[in-house]
Amino acid sequence: MTLTMSNPNSPPSGGRKAPPPRPKRPEWTDGLRRLYDSVVDEPLPDSFQDLLDRLDKQN
Amino acid sequence: MAVHELTAADKSAFKRELAEVVPHLRAFARGLCGRPDMADDLVQETMLKAWAAQDRFEPGTSMRAWTFVILRNAYLTDMRRNRFRGEYDETVAERVLVSAAAQEEPLHLDDMRRALMALPAERREALLLVGAGGFSYEEAAEICQCPVGTIKSRVGRARAALTAMLEEGQLPDSDGYRAEEAHAAILAELEQVSGSSGH
Repeated sequence: MTLTMSNPNSPPSGGRKAPPPRPKRPEWTDGLRRLYDSVVDEPLPDSFQDLLDRLDKQN
Repeated sequence: MAVHELTAADKSAFKRELAEVVPHLRAFARGLCGRPDMADDLVQETMLKAWAAQDRFEPGTSMRAWTFVILRNAYLTDMRRNRFRGEYDETVAERVLVSAAAQEEPLHLDDMRRALMALPAERREALLLVGAGGFSYEEAAEICQCPVGTIKSRVGRARAALTAMLEEGQLPDSDGYRAEEAHAAILAELEQVSGSSGH
């Protein structure tokens, strides 16, 4: 008895051989960027500018 | 670079540039530690440290990259003091699974946030810098003070984990290596079976 395992890393996917050759760009990559941008675009609490002004005055 | 005497113009330019990157610092910090209040504390800490070190900033270089290094170091120090421990736990993964299975609509940012927080910290950080912050692998490697290959590998693993969570609804492995180990164990077992059965 011989076990052949051509590619042990490929998931058991019902015998389909070659995956479509299109570049893999999952849908969530936009989500990651949107998540980051959603924070960048938030209105900035005054505390940050206040801190900068305080720092600026003290020297 | 030699420390030089800062002119008034230098100082006002520094203040302006620092103010400009604050929204980015908030986004990076929130991605790192997951909690808005703690993230903003981290940003304020970063601003204080950046201000104190302003004579070491080279005008013309990236203020964002420079301050990200400071923020990251502050975060790691706080992590070592256990300040952020326990912010994410096993239930995070379960919530990801439920929401991914229950909805057909486009990705929710909440799901994205949960999936991100389920990643090990160093992979999350690498993915944030490259995938969200828009840094090159080389820039991210400089910020994290590690080889470019390490960043590439972390980003690759983070991407694979997010795809599994968000597109296939799989539970993340707690350490990211368990699946590979389990697979290797199965293969070893199969080999033993085939070996002992003779031919």
